[in-house]
Amino acid sequence: MAHAHKLEIFRGLLKFKSNVQKIWGVLIFLSIVTTVEVALGIVKPHALTHSHILGMKLLNWIFIALTLVKAYYIAWDFMHLRDEKTALRRVIVWTPVFLICYLIFILLFEADYIYNVYKDGFVTWNF
Amino acid sequence: MDATVTTGTEDSVWGGGNRPLGASYGKMMMWFFIISDALTFSGFLVAYGFSRFKFIESWPIADEVFTHFPFLHGVDAPMYYVAFMTFILIMSSVTMVLAVDAGHNMKQKKVILYMFLTVIGGLIFVGSQAWEWATFIKGDYGALETKAGRILQFVDAETGKRAALADFTTELPEERVKHMSNEGIWFQSEGYKTSFSLNEVVEGFKANPNILIRTEQLNDEGEKTVLDRAQSLAQINNAVQVVEGANLIHNEYGNRLFADFFFFITGFHGFHVFSGVVINIIIFFNVILGTYERRGHYEMVEKVGLYWHFVDLVWVFVFTFFYLV
Repeated sequence: MAHAHKLEIFRGLLKFKSNVQKIWGVLIFLSIVTTVEVALGIVKPHALTHSHILGMKLLNWIFIALTLVKAYYIAWDFMHLRDEKTALRRVIVWTPVFLICYLIFILLFEADYIYNVYKDGFVTWNF
Repeated sequence: MDATVTTGTEDSVWGGGNRPLGASYGKMMMWFFIISDALTFSGFLVAYGFSRFKFIESWPIADEVFTHFPFLHGVDAPMYYVAFMTFILIMSSVTMVLAVDAGHNMKQKKVILYMFLTVIGGLIFVGSQAWEWATFIKGDYGALETKAGRILQFVDAETGKRAALADFTTELPEERVKHMSNEGIWFQSEGYKTSFSLNEVVEGFKANPNILIRTEQLNDEGEKTVLDRAQSLAQINNAVQVVEGANLIHNEYGNRLFADFFFFITGFHGFHVFSGVVINIIIFFNVILGTYERRGHYEMVEKVGLYWHFVDLVWVFVFTFFYLV
């Protein structure tokens, strides 16, 4: 069983000598991202909580982006997706991504509609 | 185990041993399972998003709910413990991937060590989650619930900090007995008896002018609205019961759905971690017994590794959507 590992991350910016070294490198990167997340969550910079993009706080978009970055490195380097064939990788990644995006789109729009019904529906929910 | 696919005759295609997409049967099936499980978790998390968007103006703030750290009583430590748990899980993911790597190099001793560390990491995580649950269920300040099911919390007007029920309630000479099934012909069972009766809390509130009510409603600053004294006195008449801690029906932190989703999503994830630990232990003993050494490859460790990393992956999302966002 020949196991060729691709030993570079960040599109070749960082090259590792061995697979073990790459694993530790990814751990350091993931720890840094988590630390940034927690720090942002505790500090809650005013500039990020008071600007909104697409109806959500900028801070929340940053959290989601950082989460996807972490998910990428867990899947690519820990679950070895980087070393799998392109077709297998695409099937594994894009099938759930498509379905989940669809679900998010449909349910969040519906939830916002219900929120407006509760708000403007001439019914009191707080008594 | 080298590929036998390319000959193209019917015999070898249907004869077994094929590795479509370069992945063995076992690994492929693990990926099938992971994708379906990922969709299940997405369903839960999106349902959480649904409820949250529905009550976007009154959803509890996670930082104010999860503020405890073991052995640090009364210290306000929002999210530190969850961050610690996240780190533990990522760390055990790393030892797992190191075990897989050692397996590729057929180093049995190293696989044993790394599998052991992975199991320990998993156990620490499950233990932490149990502690987190216990703290959540116990509650800290206590609150009142109104007829509409809204939660009224209390704030000290001078310090601006949350006030616990015990800080201001007046003891009244009244007896309140918990409903039990063996008493009375007709009864209504109840889950728990609160430390104070509704009357005691209301009287105590009226006697302490520096206590204000905090509602679920979020203001423009993204903080919970604190009513002034006159509004508070009007609002307290709507209260119908005392709530301490959280269960599936009532919770003192705010919207009831928050506790339901907390128990359901972290519970389902915790169950995954638990089963992961069990599977890891089985594989750990197989490695010690030399099963994979005799088989000639450690692919089983790799398959279990995929599952374990998936559990970590899910936690990354749960952490974001439950604690950060």
